[in-house]
Amino acid sequence: MWKFLVVGNFINYNLSFMKYIFIIAGVLLIALSIAAGLIWVERRLLSVWQDRLGPNRVGPLGLGQVIADTIKLFFKEDWVPPFSDKPVFILAPGILMITILLTFAVVPFGPNFYVFDSNIGVLFFLGNSSLGVYSIVLGGWASNNKYSLIGAMRASAQMLTYEVFMGLSLMGVVMMADSFSFCKIVEAQKGGWFFIPQIIGFIVFFIAGIAETHRLPFDIPEAEGELIAGYHSEYSGMKFGMFFVGEYLGITLISALIATLFFGGWLGPSFFPPVFWFLFKTFFFICVFILLRASLPRPRYDQLMELGWKILLPLSLLNLLVTGAILIFLK
Amino acid sequence: MISILRSMWLTFLHVFHKTETVEYPEVKPYLAPRYRGRIVLTLDADKKERCVACYLCAAACPVDCISLQATEDESGRRYPEFFRINFSRCIFCGFCEEACPTYAIQLIPDFEMAEYDRQNMVYEKEHLLISGEGKYPGYNFYKNAGVEMGVKGKGEGYNEEKPVDIKEILS
Repeated sequence: MWKFLVVGNFINYNLSFMKYIFIIAGVLLIALSIAAGLIWVERRLLSVWQDRLGPNRVGPLGLGQVIADTIKLFFKEDWVPPFSDKPVFILAPGILMITILLTFAVVPFGPNFYVFDSNIGVLFFLGNSSLGVYSIVLGGWASNNKYSLIGAMRASAQMLTYEVFMGLSLMGVVMMADSFSFCKIVEAQKGGWFFIPQIIGFIVFFIAGIAETHRLPFDIPEAEGELIAGYHSEYSGMKFGMFFVGEYLGITLISALIATLFFGGWLGPSFFPPVFWFLFKTFFFICVFILLRASLPRPRYDQLMELGWKILLPLSLLNLLVTGAILIFLK
Repeated sequence: MISILRSMWLTFLHVFHKTETVEYPEVKPYLAPRYRGRIVLTLDADKKERCVACYLCAAACPVDCISLQATEDESGRRYPEFFRINFSRCIFCGFCEEACPTYAIQLIPDFEMAEYDRQNMVYEKEHLLISGEGKYPGYNFYKNAGVEMGVKGKGEGYNEEKPVDIKEILS
């Protein structure tokens, strides 16, 4: 008799264990397939806005481009320069992927579709984005190439400045939702999405997010044509692939976070499942990122730093002050 | 800030524009009639080669891709024994067409000449000759020139005066 109890408990334990495996697999699958699909999406969207056709030869509608690019990256000669610092060189792209994928673990894709409901979710994300700076700095340093180093120094300075007020702009959201946990922030938006009261916070976080993933217009670190390829000029093969897909993962993450923190996450009318609303909002912001790439010129490096320190930091502090004042007044 | 948003809006409006891409090879691009494409050697209306092997095209060529050798046939008419153009050198400038006095060598609007082996890019006379008159129909060099080559008598060409008997001038 006790054998059936043990087996029954074993099955129950395994079923809830299997649920976790499915959720983890689902989150990883969604995140990685969005990042890989972005290879195709970005090129087609950019070409729509540039009056041309993007890749449309390889598969149906050019979707085989993703597979072709992946196969190309796998088969490229994965050469580690002999003049580089080998362990650090090999480690740097991995750090980027690790930190971004770790952050995906705390983002809620749906009402019960999250890997881990941490009650310091926002802090976890901020910490991981700070660690992500390491991957660029170490990549540029280990390449032992002066242009990579210049790219890495500029990248680290840029990402540090923009991280300062990325955190501060999120404090307004945290104050309004009374918690650092992403799930509770989404639930607190049931009464109204946060981007209306926190419009300044939204704009500051949006700009900071672009700078964190070093996308145009803030892509001085990888400026094609200015610093050859910046910090990833010495990388080839799958290591470059990890930087490349890591950048797309970063865009996906920032879009997902904007959707979660300011636009209600998975909240939406009930004729579609919540996961659909989350993915729809994330995809909308990814398209806004790509539109920015298509339309804006690249500012000079000192103009970029000036924007960060002199305009956005005071704005985010002001936002914090006003939000705090109003919340205390309303209590 | 407003200028940034305006740039984004204007770029977004490009969604509604037509794409400029010409989807070659399903759609061929438009080539004007005077497009400087592949080089051909033409025949005149009597189906004889226009080329008189005067070497002017080889001399005019800036990259020296034309190679030929003159010879005469039984009636004394000059023609090229061999005529070779190396298309891997040719820059399609059209100087040979401008230099040719007989409108023999011409450039036509065709560019689809890709080969896998570089030796196949060297075209001999049999590859260059076409069976028509090309861009200049009705022109026969020998009808204008001084020499008679069985095409006209002396003094009967276009813009040619009859030969003067010099003994008539003296009196």
